[in-house]
Amino acid sequence: MLLGRGRFVADLARPGLLHAAFVRSPHAHARIGAIDTAAAAGLGGVHGVFTAASLGHPNLLALLERDEFVPTPMPILAGEVARFVGEPVAVVVAEDPYLAEDAVELIEVDWDPQPPVTSIDAAGSRDAPRLHEQAAGNRMVDLLMFDDDSLPAIFAAAAATVGGTFASARVAALPLEGRACLAEWDDRDDQLVMHVSTQVPHQVRSGVAQALGMPERTIRVIAPDVGGGFGLKCVVGREEVAVAAAALRLRRPVRWAEDRQENLTAAFHGHEQRYLARAAFDSDGRILGLDAEIDCDTGAYSVFPFTCAVEPLMAATELPGVYKVPAYRARGRAIATNKAPAAPYRGVSRPQIVLVMERLMEKAAEALGLDPLEVRRRNLINADEFPYLGVNGITYDEGSYAEALDLAERTVRDKAWDAERDAVRSAGGRAGIGYACFSERTAYGTPTMSQRRMRMTPGYDTALVRMDPTGEVIVTTGTCGHGQGHETTFAQIVADRLGVHPDQVKLRQGDTDLASYGWGTWGSRSVVIGGGAARRAADVVASQLRQVAGSLLEASPADVELAEGTARIRGDASAAIGIGELARIVHFQAHRLADDLRYGLEARVTYDPPGTFSNACHAAMVVIDPGTGAIRLHRYLVVEDCGVVINPMVVDGQVRGGVTQGAAAALLESVRFDTEGQPLSATLMDYLAPTAAEMCAVDIVHLETPSRFSETGAKGMGEGGTIGAPAAVLNAINDALADTDVRFDHIPVLPQDVAAALRGSTLPSALSRAGASR
Amino acid sequence: MKDMHAIRVTVNGRSHELVVEARRTLADMLRHDLGYTGTHLGCEHGICGACTVILDGQPARACLVFGVQADGAQVRTVEGLADGERLSDLQQAFSDHHALQCGFCTPGFLMLAEAYLAEAGDQPLTQEQARELVAANLCRCTGYQGIVEAVLATARARSGGNGTTEGSPA
Repeated sequence: MLLGRGRFVADLARPGLLHAAFVRSPHAHARIGAIDTAAAAGLGGVHGVFTAASLGHPNLLALLERDEFVPTPMPILAGEVARFVGEPVAVVVAEDPYLAEDAVELIEVDWDPQPPVTSIDAAGSRDAPRLHEQAAGNRMVDLLMFDDDSLPAIFAAAAATVGGTFASARVAALPLEGRACLAEWDDRDDQLVMHVSTQVPHQVRSGVAQALGMPERTIRVIAPDVGGGFGLKCVVGREEVAVAAAALRLRRPVRWAEDRQENLTAAFHGHEQRYLARAAFDSDGRILGLDAEIDCDTGAYSVFPFTCAVEPLMAATELPGVYKVPAYRARGRAIATNKAPAAPYRGVSRPQIVLVMERLMEKAAEALGLDPLEVRRRNLINADEFPYLGVNGITYDEGSYAEALDLAERTVRDKAWDAERDAVRSAGGRAGIGYACFSERTAYGTPTMSQRRMRMTPGYDTALVRMDPTGEVIVTTGTCGHGQGHETTFAQIVADRLGVHPDQVKLRQGDTDLASYGWGTWGSRSVVIGGGAARRAADVVASQLRQVAGSLLEASPADVELAEGTARIRGDASAAIGIGELARIVHFQAHRLADDLRYGLEARVTYDPPGTFSNACHAAMVVIDPGTGAIRLHRYLVVEDCGVVINPMVVDGQVRGGVTQGAAAALLESVRFDTEGQPLSATLMDYLAPTAAEMCAVDIVHLETPSRFSETGAKGMGEGGTIGAPAAVLNAINDALADTDVRFDHIPVLPQDVAAALRGSTLPSALSRAGASR
Repeated sequence: MKDMHAIRVTVNGRSHELVVEARRTLADMLRHDLGYTGTHLGCEHGICGACTVILDGQPARACLVFGVQADGAQVRTVEGLADGERLSDLQQAFSDHHALQCGFCTPGFLMLAEAYLAEAGDQPLTQEQARELVAANLCRCTGYQGIVEAVLATARARSGGNGTTEGSPA
């Protein structure tokens, strides 16, 4: 990678390679009339132009097996109706990508624009147009997940009731490499071979197979180097299927690499949510009840395979988080709007639910005149209460919730953040410190995932560990790392069991022909599930090695230890044999071994754990320019507990990257539309991603509470940074405004929000920030 | 009728003669006509900096330059940094400081920093300057801390240990 030898999809060349470009809807909502492709098709160098009709109207259908769920098939190319700006309606395939874009310009579509739905409120209004005939009120899912008859009485009797409207803007995952794929038919293997920039090769295979009516065997999906995903690439893109269809029709290799404008408008978004939430507290600051109405603007279609329910289900199920909530009601809805569909972006609803709970804790403290950290302490699940069965039916395994908060508070004090804040304030400036406590369920296996009732229920993963005749080890998994350092981490896990050096272990992933069916990399699952499977498989191979060594050294296998590349007999320094020599004998001199020890050192094992909670406490300090309202992130601390840390450098990298995305969601990022549904953030000049200038250093302190639901004791931790940061930053902003009556409950908080608030002007509502379109 | 031009360009010390369409970007020319695929395209409108190369000594967004504009120019790409399999000091520092995760933005940061450090000579680099430099490009994975540290470490080593590490955190 450092040498410039990475191998991303757009780097792959093929003889006779053709390039795809898409005709996309310029309207947020329009009926599609005639499509005139003649001029484009006649352009020299153009090999094919395909529409929904010419492809036979294929679609991707994501299903939830619940009565409250309304299926919304996502056509590969829109046929009768376009439902958002950027929706693909035709694909051109040409010899050169520049030429393909020229040909796109020549295609005439007879559009009949319809009134669009561009906000949660508009979607629910009586006279709102329906995006999908079958979805009344534009509700794609509407779930009362929890209810409690005692709540009215609890609220009536409470010492304090706090609440409000909490909102987060639609954001883009924004991997530096956009989506991309290269599809080619291989006659010899009778297979469509697809190189896709994806986190989930097997689900791309399933999606293409289902959409195009092919057996899965006839499709091979390979993820080469992937330039970031963050959830955007854990679903199947219709463009990927369209390119597959074109390659099948033309029997030529076809490549498509999304440009940034497509990525910001037509790729999946996430996190556009609104909560009407309230909580009842007693006079000591203990929470008595919690009630939330949760609306997620999930755009025009359900994504494959997760469906539009992924955000509302996660939010309504996990809102109580690290706090002991005795009574709970939560209703979650996915609302269809004329915007790009939502996919599970890093954190999936948990940045929002943590923001809601942490704001409620602050509001309760303010209402009751208590210290906000003390209010949190009185409600956190204590160390002696694990495993804790929550009101939401979730069992929380061991964590360090209170310890993390205590350590964060102590570290902030030791580093004299308070003194620094006070110095800024006495100089006439504004500064604030904010905290966020949270846990993060990671590594959901099928025992947990099945509760969502998805037609395609993910969870397990399978590892194959093989030793070659030179004693080197190949590990294949269905997980699919793309920058998380899985090569290093998995090698460490397997090497440790086999007594070889990690450099002798090579991870092979991201190839559906190489790995057993697996679920890819998302949901902070890979090291726990894929790594757990690899460890179990390595243990089987270790046992094989010990038996062979025992047989050759005439010792009991139980006395053989594998370390430093050698099989040794405990207590006998002279009895040893190199692991490479064992591998050579097993492969090349099988006749020397008893029947049951012959033929190969390998094992394939599947692992399917219930899931495990990592936890953290974040602290942020912001400095606000009282004149302009500009908010600068000044200090950041993460106290995190992801169980056993296998590789500290990798863990810290995930935390820092995650915090950066979360802080940016609180301060900068927003996918915006006008009232007609036209995107207003289609370039990186308009969609503000954080640079180094907007970030500060992130200090990290580790706690280690091993998980009993994880082979390695490690817990997932790929999303925690993004989950905790919005709440910590928002609380810091509110702390900087503590002497005013201004409090923000939405993200991002922009300089103009602060400046307007400080001038005492009317504040723009949370929703107008979140959607800019009501 | 395509508007084609014959040009000569030197990339990493190797001279190339080729015919390119007038509208073809330097990035596409390097990647697809000459095979230097280490130069990546992240936005194609000059913001992300993933395509940064060194054009006649200056860092340049290869997506904002046409190939024909590089006629007669010296171009350095990420493929030209290492000595065979041996990483340059800057590349090694990126590895040591975990300055990359997915690696897609890495070539752009390397070329940006290489151009800056070459021009700075043995001038010390402060934390603030390093952060400002790194702010020219986008990374979505790392949060920048490792990149800033890698650039600082390289500057420090190249200036014989004169670079500062004191002051505000990286």
